[in-house]
Amino acid sequence: MSAQVTAEALREVALSRDEYDLAVRLLGREPNTVELGVLGAMWSEHCGYKNSRPLLGMFPSEGADVLQGPGENAGAVRLGGGLAAVFKVESHNHPSAIEPYQGAATGVGGIVRDIFTMGARPVALLNSLRFGPLDERESRTLLAGVVRGIGDYGNSLGIPTVGGEIGFSPSYRGNPLVNAMCVGVAPADGLVRGLTGESGNVLLLVGADTGRDGIHGATFASVEDPQESHKGVIQVGNPFMEKLLMEACLELRGSPHVVGMQDLGAAGLTSSSVECAGRTGSGIEMEVSQISRRETGMTPYEVMLSESQERMLLVVTPDGVDAVRRVFQKWDLHSDVIGTVTDDGLLRVRDGAEVVCELPIHLLTEDVPRYTREGRPSAELLARRDRDVTPLVEGVTLPVQEQLLELLASPNIGSKRWAWEQYDHTIQTSTALGPGAADAAVIRVRQTGEGLALTMDCNSRHCLLDPYAGGMGAVVEAARNLACVGARPLGLTNCLNFGNPEKPEIYWHLSECIRGMSDACSALGIPVVSGNVSLYNESEGQAVNPTPVVGMVGSMPDVTRAVGTGFTEGSAVYMVSAGPAPTLAASEWLAALAGIDAGQPASPDLKGEARLHQFLQDGIQEGWILSAHDVSEGGLAVALAECSISGNAGLVATLAPEARSVEYLFGEAPGVVIIGVQPDLTATVESMSTQADLAWHRLGTAGGQDLAVDGFFTVEVEQLQSAHSRALGVPVTRVNP
Amino acid sequence: MKVGVVTFPGSNGDMDCIHVLEQIPGCEPELIWHKSTDLLSADALVLPGGFAHGDYLRGGAIARFSPVMREVARFAGAGRPVLGICNGFQVLTEAGLLPGALHRNQHILFRCAWVHVRVESNASPWLAGAQSGQVLKVAVAHGQGNYYADQDTLRGMHAREQVALRYSDTAGRISADSNHNGSVLSIAGVTNEAGNVLGMMPHPERSADPLLGSADGRVVFESLVHSLIGVAS
Amino acid sequence: MSVWLGRVTVVLKASVNDPQGLAVLDGLHAMGYSEVEQVRVGKHIDVRLEADNAEQAEQRLHQMCEALLANTLIESYTVEVGAPEEAAR
Repeated sequence: MSAQVTAEALREVALSRDEYDLAVRLLGREPNTVELGVLGAMWSEHCGYKNSRPLLGMFPSEGADVLQGPGENAGAVRLGGGLAAVFKVESHNHPSAIEPYQGAATGVGGIVRDIFTMGARPVALLNSLRFGPLDERESRTLLAGVVRGIGDYGNSLGIPTVGGEIGFSPSYRGNPLVNAMCVGVAPADGLVRGLTGESGNVLLLVGADTGRDGIHGATFASVEDPQESHKGVIQVGNPFMEKLLMEACLELRGSPHVVGMQDLGAAGLTSSSVECAGRTGSGIEMEVSQISRRETGMTPYEVMLSESQERMLLVVTPDGVDAVRRVFQKWDLHSDVIGTVTDDGLLRVRDGAEVVCELPIHLLTEDVPRYTREGRPSAELLARRDRDVTPLVEGVTLPVQEQLLELLASPNIGSKRWAWEQYDHTIQTSTALGPGAADAAVIRVRQTGEGLALTMDCNSRHCLLDPYAGGMGAVVEAARNLACVGARPLGLTNCLNFGNPEKPEIYWHLSECIRGMSDACSALGIPVVSGNVSLYNESEGQAVNPTPVVGMVGSMPDVTRAVGTGFTEGSAVYMVSAGPAPTLAASEWLAALAGIDAGQPASPDLKGEARLHQFLQDGIQEGWILSAHDVSEGGLAVALAECSISGNAGLVATLAPEARSVEYLFGEAPGVVIIGVQPDLTATVESMSTQADLAWHRLGTAGGQDLAVDGFFTVEVEQLQSAHSRALGVPVTRVNP
Repeated sequence: MKVGVVTFPGSNGDMDCIHVLEQIPGCEPELIWHKSTDLLSADALVLPGGFAHGDYLRGGAIARFSPVMREVARFAGAGRPVLGICNGFQVLTEAGLLPGALHRNQHILFRCAWVHVRVESNASPWLAGAQSGQVLKVAVAHGQGNYYADQDTLRGMHAREQVALRYSDTAGRISADSNHNGSVLSIAGVTNEAGNVLGMMPHPERSADPLLGSADGRVVFESLVHSLIGVAS
Repeated sequence: MSVWLGRVTVVLKASVNDPQGLAVLDGLHAMGYSEVEQVRVGKHIDVRLEADNAEQAEQRLHQMCEALLANTLIESYTVEVGAPEEAAR
């Protein structure tokens, strides 16, 4: 029994008494202080996935194009021309809640390191952000800091930030979500793994000196309420250092001396060394006194758990150490030989003559406790889902035209230009369709001319009210967005943002969302190759809406064929669909105009989605579809307005008789797309849609200065643009003539 | 014809410049490391965009002490063509090879957008192929591009046709609305007295392919080839 | 030789527009600090240096400002030298 360890010491490392007892039993003795810190970090949810791993096994992760599935620094899928796309998404929610600028900046730094660690040159960044209501000062402060942090870090590195999403809801008050995704390109046969290789190989720690910042970040990410937990862990990013690290590591790509690379993220040197050894089945011996420090008087405990940014661990063959260090010297980077690979399966840490930590690697990786918890929806939630929204809908008496303008000017639907203009999205001269132009970002693979399409999506309202449908919805919406630019999905990464999984209703949301995502992935044949789990997202006992953000990567053979959302003058505009009828239940319209999240969202028709996506991919690659936009938040009316705004062209639309209702105009249903096609090919389009068993309706011909929907509204495109552009408010500007 | 592209630690537009120069007939681009004092017999030099040395003090302030800069100054002093793009423009002003200074955008934010510039003077070899008054659609991406020079300096620059580019609207009209970063007189690009050194905040290399939104920036690189090959033959 | 703490303050010249200062001014006004008339934002740089005496430290700091710490086309600077610390290590 463990009489010696205090409750306070266990709280410090976020281990339960039961977990501690389990560790003592497996180890056969009590761990010392350093060992306890190491154990706490590796057994945290953030590193050990103790609540989520059993559920993550549901995701399909195999496919013909998968080069690297889950378990490495990032996933990888095959592109044309012998190349691979390497990608992953990661959260930095809690750090951003405390210090939005540095939290978001270091979040970008972390995900970028995951990509170049794999030997891939980062070619794009995306982000998915959630905040509390925009009319609250705290939300605006967080938004401004996060956007600036993302911009400053990514811009300095020279990686274009090409897409993403920003949403607002009261559930994110005090606990914003900051999820960053990075995509890189590498030679398919040159991927670098986080491995240690043979015993005798040398561990090299490279980059920034080690300071006291971020100690216990991994455990900090695994407890509730960022405001109440450790405030001393703020990490400060140095993008310049990261840029040098990135260039040096990429210069070493293909070097016969480099056995493995691993970035230092959560739990710093501890997790990076243990993960490499765990994957390989080796041991590791380190000498903490060899590690360069930024501060004096640091203990081995602090050195092992520091989360100082911009550091990399390299495993190098003994005869290659000098050659590898010369590359880092060229980039004015400091490197320390800090240890060696052993064959005893132990993590042994020395401080001079003294052994300060000696733990079996498998204790830290394989023996992590796993919890399968009981999930159960709350009665309150079920009542909200089953609520009849008809009286709420009838209570909205605003004229339809005003409803449209109000939605366009609302923070969730309106333009995010203010944010994305702060991100460099044109660097690397490959951005064919950048932010605001299309349903997915499209970049050119410079070496081959192939198009790479990227998107991040999640409707957290749907996930709240029906997590299974919402989970499916996140996957199919991402796939549909790729199809709308003409791309075929290659793989998926995700970031699962949820509250405290020890609560049955949260665990139910988590497991149902994963089940929905898995079923959609299987139906559409999209493998999940990487991901990140962020639990305990709560503030003052209130959990965030379940937000399983999907990041998806797809490709098209010829990037020049990609299409945007904007109407082109003279094109014939169609609505094509493969799914349920639209509903105002659980809609953005209901939230924005009636102020409530309630009702049962529509569930996607997975087979119909697959046919719809194929139709879009074919039509765009063959050149008869000139624009495409999926109908999502705000329904058909908002989607038409967005096509007009983006293309600067109007439309006089005639709806089908059954569609002449507010429900059809603003209701939401997965599987509906607005396309603009070449006017001389309408017969082809109609027969192709029919063949694909898709419902279609010709709305009209794009052009003119008004968007008109017969019987409902006629609005000038300029007026739509003006409403849409003021959603985030106009920043203070004073310009000289 | 060899065009050297200087890489400072923190440069991030160097490979974009190489990529575009490779597609300009007659150009052979090469990277030059900032610690090098050998310009590799380059016929022209480009200082690319980025955040040289992190730009932690001021854009370009530390880069001007890189060993290569002495050679750049000598090269420029000999009347040979030097182009500074964005951060490269900042480096050239900090090094005193171009007049004025670039400080924080008037609206404070980093801004990445498509803007228009009007060619004010085509005296520089980098703009010789453009018409005076021509409007170019170009990409900008910077937080410190707000050009400043005092009144006396500006008067002299005008007299010597050193103001090369000004922000404008699509029709070439210059107003507060088209001045995207608050630069004095909407100045987007300037030359030295001899005209061989051009600094510009917009990125011609990102504006050289219709797929990306504009090919108007190609004129900068094509002008260079025409000017140099014209001189040589 | 002693170790001196030099405090360098760099601000934009009065004739140069200070967008950061204006933004802070707007922010303060929005928060109700209506008495604020002007804000100028600058940089504060602490430099620890060895020198024989305060005059020498100050002179060296001026050189550093001219060479690197300030861009005198748009910025002005002031230098203050504090009391000497113990003898150099």
